[in-house]
Amino acid sequence: MTASLELPAYARSLGIVPTGEDEGGMPVLTVDFGPMVEGRPAHFHGGATAGLLENAGYAALRTALIAAGRDPLLKPINITVQYLAAGKSQASFAVGRITRLGRRNANVTVEAWQNDRSRPIATAVMNILMV
Amino acid sequence: MPPVMNTPPARFDAREASKWFFRHGHTGWLGLRFTDQGDNWVELELPWREDLLGDASRPVLASGPIISLMDMASGMAIWQTRGSFEPVATLDLRVDYQRPARERASVKGRVECYRITRSAAFVRGIAYDETPEDPVAHVAGTFMTIGTDPRQGSPAVQGGQA
Repeated sequence: MTASLELPAYARSLGIVPTGEDEGGMPVLTVDFGPMVEGRPAHFHGGATAGLLENAGYAALRTALIAAGRDPLLKPINITVQYLAAGKSQASFAVGRITRLGRRNANVTVEAWQNDRSRPIATAVMNILMV
Repeated sequence: MPPVMNTPPARFDAREASKWFFRHGHTGWLGLRFTDQGDNWVELELPWREDLLGDASRPVLASGPIISLMDMASGMAIWQTRGSFEPVATLDLRVDYQRPARERASVKGRVECYRITRSAAFVRGIAYDETPEDPVAHVAGTFMTIGTDPRQGSPAVQGGQA
């Protein structure tokens, strides 16, 4: 884990923490289940899942930019979240993958899962502007 | 559910529902508040808060809580339109960020349910800080009702309370 990878206040107060990295060296973020992320009883709120996905997307992009020796300001353009299965009352994980890293914009795909990495509960595609 | 009920259920009312929706859970933690409603739309407010910042260099709300705001306003717009509370699952939600929210500004989310069928609902809306004419974000979403599907194998139903 890169020391310079610092999560924003929102991520920290929601309880999102980096817990390792995937095969490609991208940071894996985790959030435990608890009242702060609960929607309908014993399930993740869709917004909390989206928050985890979005933070994993930014963390992946930051990691790729650091590796490329770049340090631009990141601005969100859009995010599309697909919900695939209900998030149950256990920890959720997410990791991002850079689909394209351009000069001015990046396209990042993010996947979230719970106990089984091969069964994602949600995915997201993000377009991020770099200035 | 019995085929005949003696008294009709009360119509869903977003203002009343907010009183218990936002007491606990993720939306309670965010501090969401009810602001306004119409026949097929609901508006909620996400108050500005120091620990919801998305960027260390500027005092503006992170984009994540704005997704939560819009997701919740979407669900409530669907119940408002249907007139009853039936659990819904978000299938997809798209947020197009138009500009950052103003410094130390709370953000309002107004979502309308423009089409509803027995099992699906389609919503669109805006997030804004000062006027709806100058939005912070546009959103579009698709939801599925999870109470009406008798097939327990549906992914949206898995783990739900039948």
